[in-house]
Amino acid sequence: MADKESMLKEIYEKQKAGLFKTKDRYEIPSQDMPVQDPVERSSNVGEVALGYTETQARLEALRCLQCKNEPCVKGCPVGIRIRDFITAIAEGDFKESLSIIKENSLLPAVCGRVCPQEAQCQKHCTVGKKFNDVSKSVSIGRLERFVADIDDDNDSVPEVAPSTGKKVAVIGCGPGGIVVAADARRAGHDVTIFEAFHKPGGVLVYGIPEFRLPKSIVREEIDILKKMGVNIVCNFIVGRTRTINELMTEDGFDAVYIGVGAGLPSFMGIEGEHLVGVYSANEYLTRANLMKAYDFGSGADTPIAMSKNVAVLGGGNVAMDSARTAIRLGAENVYLVYRRSEKEMPARLEEVHHAKEEGIEFCTLQNPKRILGDENCNVIGIECLRYELGEPDDSGRCRPVPIDGSEFVIDIDTLIVAIGNGSNPLIQQTTPELEFNKWGNVVVDENCKTSIDGIYAGGDIVLGAATVILAMGQGRTAAAAINKYLI
Amino acid sequence: MAFEVIKKEQLSENVFMLVVKAPLVARARKAGQFVIVAVDEEGGERIPLTIAGADSDQGTIRLIFQRVGKSTAQMAQFEKGDSLGYVAGPLGCPTHIENVGTVVCVGGGIGNAPLLPIAMALKKAGNKVISIIGARTKELLILEDEFGDLSDELVVVTDDGSYGRKALVTEPLKEVCSCDPKPDLVIVIGPTIMMKFCCETTKEFNISTQVSLNTIMVDGTGMCGGCRVEVGGKTKFVCVDGPEFDGHEVNFDVMMKRMGAYKDLEKKAYDQFKGHKCRIGLDKKGKD
Repeated sequence: MADKESMLKEIYEKQKAGLFKTKDRYEIPSQDMPVQDPVERSSNVGEVALGYTETQARLEALRCLQCKNEPCVKGCPVGIRIRDFITAIAEGDFKESLSIIKENSLLPAVCGRVCPQEAQCQKHCTVGKKFNDVSKSVSIGRLERFVADIDDDNDSVPEVAPSTGKKVAVIGCGPGGIVVAADARRAGHDVTIFEAFHKPGGVLVYGIPEFRLPKSIVREEIDILKKMGVNIVCNFIVGRTRTINELMTEDGFDAVYIGVGAGLPSFMGIEGEHLVGVYSANEYLTRANLMKAYDFGSGADTPIAMSKNVAVLGGGNVAMDSARTAIRLGAENVYLVYRRSEKEMPARLEEVHHAKEEGIEFCTLQNPKRILGDENCNVIGIECLRYELGEPDDSGRCRPVPIDGSEFVIDIDTLIVAIGNGSNPLIQQTTPELEFNKWGNVVVDENCKTSIDGIYAGGDIVLGAATVILAMGQGRTAAAAINKYLI
Repeated sequence: MAFEVIKKEQLSENVFMLVVKAPLVARARKAGQFVIVAVDEEGGERIPLTIAGADSDQGTIRLIFQRVGKSTAQMAQFEKGDSLGYVAGPLGCPTHIENVGTVVCVGGGIGNAPLLPIAMALKKAGNKVISIIGARTKELLILEDEFGDLSDELVVVTDDGSYGRKALVTEPLKEVCSCDPKPDLVIVIGPTIMMKFCCETTKEFNISTQVSLNTIMVDGTGMCGGCRVEVGGKTKFVCVDGPEFDGHEVNFDVMMKRMGAYKDLEKKAYDQFKGHKCRIGLDKKGKD
């Protein structure tokens, strides 16, 4: 620590003397994220990544070359002025830094944690390019988290324009809906968010676990919305409690944003998926996170399987979240079963790394053929096939090819299926006049406008499976279009 | 207060009725739909309950439930003026109501509650309604008067013969199916095992049969998939594809097993709730 402090001091002195050059920036080592000890953390739900110290943040910020053409910004779906907020950190003006971020993103504490920066802003970073290694890019996400976390001024509420008298309905209080609500409210519209669950936050509260995104952070962001005057109505299922048509023709809403998120979880369509102990990742994570099943019997009434041997199917972030949740709920062995190799896994590198540290066993190039059960229909194992990689498919990843006769059994008592989601049929069932594609996703134009005037959509219901930040990006686009439409 | 209990009645030893203020649900609900209910917002479990009637003018819905575990035991303790944590809905696809001719409505135990609004709607649509309602014993029979009022014919059975005819519902069902002309549609709601045998009965006569399933759920909007059942060899979600399905296509055996997924944990929670003893020893004052 003292090393870092003296290094920082030295740099500032050099800078003062006008001797701090680009090559000196390259020489500052990229700052590692301090984390909770792997053994300790696998039995608690506390956050894994602990956040930069102030010294680390300043050092990391000084690695930024402050490129004139800002290549990082083009990788950000919401267009945050990245260079400028990092410059402010290097200068020690954290308040200014945060306010620069907040011009474009209401959720810096969330995005700093869950955005796949290595595939977005950091992918374009000149520093990373120089070292030919994206992991050497400036850690933009960690810096964003740093300034969001040290903000002790939680009362800073974005300014709201005088009332326009126009009403906007936002369906779903996930990341996309939150952005639309904030932007539409800022423009002076009367905004109501309708949420089907009993708590706002969407995937940020039911899906992403506490150890990756503490719920208190989400709560604070939602509180800001409320302070801005956004109404949040929970336990309200648009389509069933009221249809979109009723909202617009009877309840006086001038515009509607559909941000209902992920839909029906996909299963494999193999023998045994109805067995007791087979969960979709959505169900497993919802029970564990939103319903607090880890507290079953002492404060929470929602049960979850008391698993010893768990297999998680899939290689994305949701699979990692499920596996790491199972460990925290007391499982002794957790196998992550993925049909391609580790290189093709869609999960973030950091998540893969953390999962391994926590003792998750990676079973790559394997996939279940059928799920085995006992006479009581409880899962007792999965019969898997080994796979090899063939030619690249449409996704550009190598196609997994099963090896005939390679069957073997993994003994398990719980299987968590994390292979993605289909689209939720609720809006389609109840809004027949709206245009959907053949997968049941809402069809929108470049402004996120649907086939019906005044109705906009974004996030997973449009994109299929996407990320928090892509949903937020679409939310921005939709809100801008809504604000224009309502003038 | 939101979701306030307006009226409470104990219908039998373990069956209770709550009339709850839920104006949005009361206005939107149709026969065959259900709600998700929790006793409290923080730690409460989300349980699906079929709506057994509503009054949209008063903004109330009627819930009839059986005390089987901790959450329903807590609900059974609610009195007029108390409030449920939340009520979300209505959920599920409404029953398709049309005039098909003669409909047999078969209800067993607590299943009579969700069956009632469907039978009413079918009657209103002009059908001849024959109701067969049953229970294990006289004490457990509910809603007999309501079914009597709306049905063209009513058959009441109990397993032990303590009231009505001593029979399982499948017996009179078989007789009705044997009539000429045979009924056009059968609706069955009750314990899974009863629905299974009723469907086997009607299948012999090739009479279209609808069942309404009440599986384990979390969100109730299609997101979790915990409610999935096998229908015609395909995976269906009770919450968004149902709750009603063609009874001849449902795999009841797997469904029964899935319903018992948390039996042990549920029992533990219920036992703990019933026999709550102070764990820090305050009740053992004076002892060493």
